Amino acid sequence: MKAIFKRELTSYFNNMTGYIFTAFTVFIIGIYVMYYCLKNGYPYFEYVVSNVEFFYLMTIPVLTMKVVAEDKKQRTDQLLYSLPLSMKQIVLGKFFAMAVVLFLPVIELLILPPILNIYGDIALGTAYSSIFAYYMLGLALTAIGLFISSLTDNQLAAASITFVIVLASYLMTGLSSYIPGDSFSSYISFAVIILLACIVIWFMTKSKAASLIIFGVAEACLLLFYAIKKTAFEGLIHKVISGISLFDKADNFFNGIFDLTGVVYFLSVIVLFIFLTIQSMEKRRWS
Amino acid sequence: MIQVLHLKKMYGNKTAVDDLSFNVEKNQIYGFLGPNGAGKSTTMNIITGCLSATEGTVSIGGYDIFEEPFKAKSLIGYLPEQPPLYMDMTVKEYLSFVAEAKKIKRVSIPSAVDSVMKKTSLLNVQNRLIKNLSKGYKQRVGIAGAILGNPPVVILDEPTVGLDPKQIIEIRSLIRSLKENHTVILSSHILAEVNEVCDRILIISGGKLIADDTPENLTSKLANGSELNVSVRADISTVKSVMDDLQSTVSSKPLTVTFNSTDEISSFTIPFQDEDNTLKGHDIRDDIFNAFSKKNISILEMNLKKATLEQVFLELTSASGEEWEVITDESHF
Repeated sequence: MKAIFKRELTSYFNNMTGYIFTAFTVFIIGIYVMYYCLKNGYPYFEYVVSNVEFFYLMTIPVLTMKVVAEDKKQRTDQLLYSLPLSMKQIVLGKFFAMAVVLFLPVIELLILPPILNIYGDIALGTAYSSIFAYYMLGLALTAIGLFISSLTDNQLAAASITFVIVLASYLMTGLSSYIPGDSFSSYISFAVIILLACIVIWFMTKSKAASLIIFGVAEACLLLFYAIKKTAFEGLIHKVISGISLFDKADNFFNGIFDLTGVVYFLSVIVLFIFLTIQSMEKRRWS
Repeated sequence: MIQVLHLKKMYGNKTAVDDLSFNVEKNQIYGFLGPNGAGKSTTMNIITGCLSATEGTVSIGGYDIFEEPFKAKSLIGYLPEQPPLYMDMTVKEYLSFVAEAKKIKRVSIPSAVDSVMKKTSLLNVQNRLIKNLSKGYKQRVGIAGAILGNPPVVILDEPTVGLDPKQIIEIRSLIRSLKENHTVILSSHILAEVNEVCDRILIISGGKLIADDTPENLTSKLANGSELNVSVRADISTVKSVMDDLQSTVSSKPLTVTFNSTDEISSFTIPFQDEDNTLKGHDIRDDIFNAFSKKNISILEMNLKKATLEQVFLELTSASGEEWEVITDESHF
């Protein structure tokens, strides 16, 4: 794992990616610190962090697009497979390398609150828990990007899909308020989500039978549940969407709440997508 | 050293490798031959653990590649068809990375890297980025990566592709030198190379093993292709009459003689079977010489063309349904 980690980390700085990512994020942090803290004199460092968070939309796809896709393109995955390394070691090595790159601009965030504190009264607790949430959110999105990158050998496709997913996750809560909250609409929304999920499964497994069975079973369960307890569906779609939105979880931290469930959720997403990446890379050996 | 048993690999409905079984002995060089799409690369990928098999087992030095992949893989150095190189690293960085991933002890990494660079003559490019190297150098970096850490088994998929003749000779002698303490499997399209380097040849076609023998045995067993070319200074009818006499007195078997005439030189070709013509106590070449010399016809050229591996390869692979055609432009009489 250490060899993979070192190689991935140096690869970010053998080309421009690592430098551009760090410089860009540091520049954005600078702008918001100047605007909120220096010009307007707000003592709320979390404002800076919550605005910088938006730029994950651009930086995460750039950071993650090549991580597995390039190995496939250059056929270096054959080297990795033939070395005495497990898939878990390979994927974790890659993930930790990205985690380190992701951490570089965070160092700036960590240094700033005490400096600003000299000139005013910064709520250090909120500031640091926001930075923590910012980093955890970044790791979770990175894990998703890692998984997307493992699905294709086209870096551009990986970047685009990751961008769409991060964007969707960013806008999800806001858009979901346009879905009517009554129980029938919730039911329809879930039915559509199941349909979409089954189409994705069909594309990934190329097995019509399996996806049809999953689709049938899931829709039947949903219908049964809806028939038994209609009232439970009242506003459920909104709850679920805000429940799974990564950005929503980070917002709690920015509002001054150290949300343990949020931490657990971030960690779960990270573990889930690392696991899925391992499976998707193993699958390549089986096809 | 390597044992492959009933190996089968399906890609969807297409069978790439079909019930392949063979053994690879220690400290020998094995040549892996087959027409395009015969399943060579697939088999090599399975042996090295890059691909899974649909059925069958592969064991390397007693370790099953599917059951104990770490132990099995640590015995193998593999160079795939396209050398798996990180273009953004220098040669030395790349080899150090491979060494570390192969779990070579930290202290011995520099010396291990140095020694493979010396073997593959890469020392003068060690600090250059791999993407700036020529194809031949890239290939050599790939080979260096494969033999790094002295794995007992070295598997090379078309190792000399893209090299210039001088480099090919160097790499061949390198491969030959590996024999001392490695087992080598190499695939190649260049049959002369396999013939020259390998101790044993495995020919597969359509995913099936169709030959497993030494190059000498293969060529002699299937030596239908051996030919005796003779050029004499005489016209066609003289040659015909001399050869007709020869057939009635010397050999009970009628010989097909093919024949070309240019100016006053006639040349013809006789299919030449070693066991028929030399082993039974006499050599047909003596008879031909005597017959022509009696008539005062000088033999300008007599040349025995032994069956080459190409012919054996063509014969074997065409027998199993592959589309191969041998084109001759000679007329028969």
